[in-house]
Amino acid sequence: MSGTASLLDTEPRRGTLAALGSVARRRARRVREAMIAGLLRGCAFSAVAGLLLIIVFVLKEAMPVLFDAATRKEASLAAYFATSMWQPVGDIPKYGILPLLVGTLKVVVVAMAFAIPVGVMAAVFASEFAPARIREALKPAVEMLAGIPSVVLGFFALIVMASWVQAITGAHSRLNAVNAGLALGLGVIPTIFSVSEDALRAVPRSYREASLALGASRWATAWNVTLPAAGAGVAAGILLGLARAVGETMIVLMASGNAAIVSRDLLDSVRTLSASIAAELAEVVVGSPHYATLFFLGAILFATTFIINVVAGLFVERLRRRLAGA
Amino acid sequence: MKRLIPLAALAAAGLLGVAGSVAAAGRGITVKGSDTMVILAQRWAETYMAGHPGSIVQVTGGGSGTGIAALINGTTDICTASRPMKEDEKRKLRDRFQSMGTEIAVAKDGLSIYLNDQNPVKQLSFAQLRDIYTGTISNWKQVGGNDALIVPYGRENSSGTYVYFKDNVLLGRDYSPRCQTLPGTAAVVNAVVRDPNGIGYGGAAYAKGVKDCAVSKDEKNPAVLPNAATVKDGSYPVTRDLFFYTRVRPAGDTKKFIDWVLSDEGQALATKVGYFPVR
Repeated sequence: MSGTASLLDTEPRRGTLAALGSVARRRARRVREAMIAGLLRGCAFSAVAGLLLIIVFVLKEAMPVLFDAATRKEASLAAYFATSMWQPVGDIPKYGILPLLVGTLKVVVVAMAFAIPVGVMAAVFASEFAPARIREALKPAVEMLAGIPSVVLGFFALIVMASWVQAITGAHSRLNAVNAGLALGLGVIPTIFSVSEDALRAVPRSYREASLALGASRWATAWNVTLPAAGAGVAAGILLGLARAVGETMIVLMASGNAAIVSRDLLDSVRTLSASIAAELAEVVVGSPHYATLFFLGAILFATTFIINVVAGLFVERLRRRLAGA
Repeated sequence: MKRLIPLAALAAAGLLGVAGSVAAAGRGITVKGSDTMVILAQRWAETYMAGHPGSIVQVTGGGSGTGIAALINGTTDICTASRPMKEDEKRKLRDRFQSMGTEIAVAKDGLSIYLNDQNPVKQLSFAQLRDIYTGTISNWKQVGGNDALIVPYGRENSSGTYVYFKDNVLLGRDYSPRCQTLPGTAAVVNAVVRDPNGIGYGGAAYAKGVKDCAVSKDEKNPAVLPNAATVKDGSYPVTRDLFFYTRVRPAGDTKKFIDWVLSDEGQALATKVGYFPVR
């Protein structure tokens, strides 16, 4: 604001018309300010409007599952759990969503079991142990991992990683929950790393100095003082990573084999909610029970990631207050 | 700065040229649909355009269902489909255009059964194939192979090939839940190449790096490999027609193109790509 004003003030103010001119200038400036503010407000609200429209659209298309009698004959909440077969195309369509829920859970568990330790420990290393030069290289490198398109990660998992995973685990099927989960983990690590690292570095130096002065080692300081202090932020990073893992589509579509199986075995092929939508929506007859069902799956996914994101937001808020209070 | 002006003029002329050709393409024939038929339709289009200067045929894939939807929405002239149109699709077309659409069989496809090169199994009966995909048979030992679990691969349920296989090979029964579904025939072939215990199905034109499995109608008939002779005389049991659909009886440029596709030249090209002539 002050920058703009001083720039304007340096304009020529000679002559007797200066006073008159300045009134006009002030008015022009007010109009311009109002226009810019309006434009920015429009941008901000268009994002919100877009979000609302998407929610309304998804829910509207999923509604027949709950309220439309013709649809409910084939696809209803009862039908979703009456069978554990997902065969929506055929003379007698079967919409058992249990294998999709189990599949999503299995992939996400593997992904998080891999990504949480790696992501958080990498963040601890970067913020607590790494010399400045290494940290400067590490952070962009991990963030570049986030820039790899998920279809490339998925392709890598399909062609290369699946053979490694099969060789190590002796899995009966090449494409399975472990393979998809590890690839998904690679996609999630940057999120966990980045948010955790920021949270760790936001911990005041006095914490660490106090701990070191009391004779604690660097590792003891990092593990017992810094990490707990940044706990809420690390938790937020993990939750944001979890939300991404639940919704991620391309990696699991390519790397999981997409067989709708209900089992405990992590080496079985799995079919996830997101991959089902991606694979099937393109060819489904608009307005059919299958169509409504896919939107219902979308609504489940949406609700899940929404809740995770809200909880993550609460954690971030808590961290901020705690560090500000300290 | 001055030197830039001719350059800018050149760029502008180039842009105009591109715009011009796009506009011209808008008047050409659009062909959209089956992923199975994309290679075939492209060859047809290329050769047809080479022989008929000034004509333009644009080919895109997306899947049989996508093509039929485009036909119903009026965004394509010809729809390619590896399965017949469904009842509700026909109804939609009738509601919009008061037309039943025109179905033209343009080629025959022998659906290959892919096996890994290392698999000692060379032939399967139609019934064995069904049992493998419905999950009744789960070990290669049961059909004369190694003692290893079978890993069946198939297409996504949005694919015309998936529906064909379910209707004609599984006779409408459900696929085993253990059947893995992959996006695209190329992905299925790729999976079988890397999986010694894998089995897959798809167009014969895609079978690179895997071996075809000979299939017999039943125990009394010999198992045969898919080739022009066995597909044509019907001794190879896993065959289907590939279709062109148009909204109304084809006329003008569209008719000329379809007539050419059905001519000896067009049908010979189908054989070359790996499909089989329809007559």
